[in-house]
Amino acid sequence: MLELKNISYSVDDENGRVDILKDVSVSFDGRFIAITGPNGSGKSTLAKIVAGIIKPTSGKILLDGEDITELGIDERARLGISYAFQQPVKFKGITVRDIISMASGKKLPLSAVCEYLSQMGLCAIDYVDREINDSLSGGELKRIEIATIMARGTKVSIFDEPEAGIDLWSFQNLIQVFNKLREKTDGMVIIISHQERILNIADKVLLLSNGQISDYGTGESIMPGIASGVTDVCIKAAEQEV
Amino acid sequence: MKLDQIELNLLREISDLHQIPDGAYNIRLNGESAGRNSTENITIEPKSDKPGINIYIRPGTKNEACHIPVMLSQSGLTELVYNDFFVGEDADVTIVAGCGIHNCGTDLSQHDGIHTFHVGKNAHVRYVEKHYGEGDGLGENVLNPTTIIEIEEGGRMEMESTQIKGVDSTVRKTTAKLADGASLEIKEKIMTHGKQVAKTNFTVDLDGEGSSANVVSRSVARDESSQKFISCIRGNNVCTGHSECDAIIMDDARVSASPDLDANCVEAALIHEAAIGKIAGEQIIKLMTLGLTEAEAEEQIIAGFLK
Repeated sequence: MLELKNISYSVDDENGRVDILKDVSVSFDGRFIAITGPNGSGKSTLAKIVAGIIKPTSGKILLDGEDITELGIDERARLGISYAFQQPVKFKGITVRDIISMASGKKLPLSAVCEYLSQMGLCAIDYVDREINDSLSGGELKRIEIATIMARGTKVSIFDEPEAGIDLWSFQNLIQVFNKLREKTDGMVIIISHQERILNIADKVLLLSNGQISDYGTGESIMPGIASGVTDVCIKAAEQEV
Repeated sequence: MKLDQIELNLLREISDLHQIPDGAYNIRLNGESAGRNSTENITIEPKSDKPGINIYIRPGTKNEACHIPVMLSQSGLTELVYNDFFVGEDADVTIVAGCGIHNCGTDLSQHDGIHTFHVGKNAHVRYVEKHYGEGDGLGENVLNPTTIIEIEEGGRMEMESTQIKGVDSTVRKTTAKLADGASLEIKEKIMTHGKQVAKTNFTVDLDGEGSSANVVSRSVARDESSQKFISCIRGNNVCTGHSECDAIIMDDARVSASPDLDANCVEAALIHEAAIGKIAGEQIIKLMTLGLTEAEAEEQIIAGFLK
């Protein structure tokens, strides 16, 4: 189980102190959790805090009761936390096969690499030896990024807006991939998403707005609230910006 | 010919050979020829006027390889060697050269090799060259390779030059002249560490109509090492030329890249790209999220970059 206790995160910019997350406490107890909310509500920051990429200003993170707040990114990864970047990172020389092998922690046979890529709708033979660079499209990079998380198969897998940058055809498949993941995985899947179809298959949905939890419950219980709530929050945010 | 363990290790590092190769070869060990073999199509002869060998590849020779490794295992040896390659028309061969130094003494070990390639009409040469140094002595390992390339009409040459470890100082000079329809592709990989110094200087003359050159250098400079990359492509006819220098800089290292394009014909199309920078922080973070430590992530990024 993953628990966040009183997590706050603030940064200083030219206008002074900005609170990105304000005293967020939540126990992620379902198997398939979606985090949603308007842009700028702190969703990605929350995910990066769990992965160890951002250190919270205050608060604690517990994984199966163990305090991991002071652990580094790699230590958390080895304990079983995976994080799929919203904007996949590009490399020079590192191939798709290399990164999927690194993710799995062992040198994988070609057939295993192909299996992960095929699940993501990529014709595997065309991709295994491609470098993860600008020659791949945004959608291809995104699907490879998700395949690396599949290859890790850890107890907590966080996907930061997996639908962003993916075309419609891929999106249909993405829903299937997450449905399959939901059936197969023993671990917990946390997806940051704006997509109703993803929220619909979640056991629980966490709604963030203005760096705080607005709601947390089953999809059915909070979906009506999301529809109106998010809209309200968006309007308010837009009004503030004006 | 019997090689000891140190020499066998050097041979493996520079040519991936675990034993004396089949086919044509010339092994130079501590300033002397330690073994030589010619074949029906590839003749290797010692030079009569200076140190070195002439390699004659018969026209039309297909899919044959020639190995000419050089090894220095005695500290304090310095040498200048001339190797000339005459590649006949329509031949298609692989030439594997390279120099390995094991220096466990306090004196300078230095090998300067001047390789001249005469690539005949429509011939194709793949030239692989690796440089490597090792030894726990204080003596410096110095390698200064000079490569002079002349490619006749329709000829092609691919040159892969690698220096990853243990060479304290190197000045690498490559000049090429290309006739009509000839092409040249150079891929250089260098990693320097400690206080090593590496200078690379490419000069390519695209004299022939339809000639082309692609010069790509990828390098990593660590610790207090320094690298200088100079590349000059002269387009003297209807031709295409591309040069690229991509360097990762780490620690207190220094890298300088000086691209030079010289178009002497209105139909010459020349491009240069140069990028120097440290490893992107997000690349390290990404690999750390897969469970690698920061040091392991750096090694993987460098290994991929120089692959």
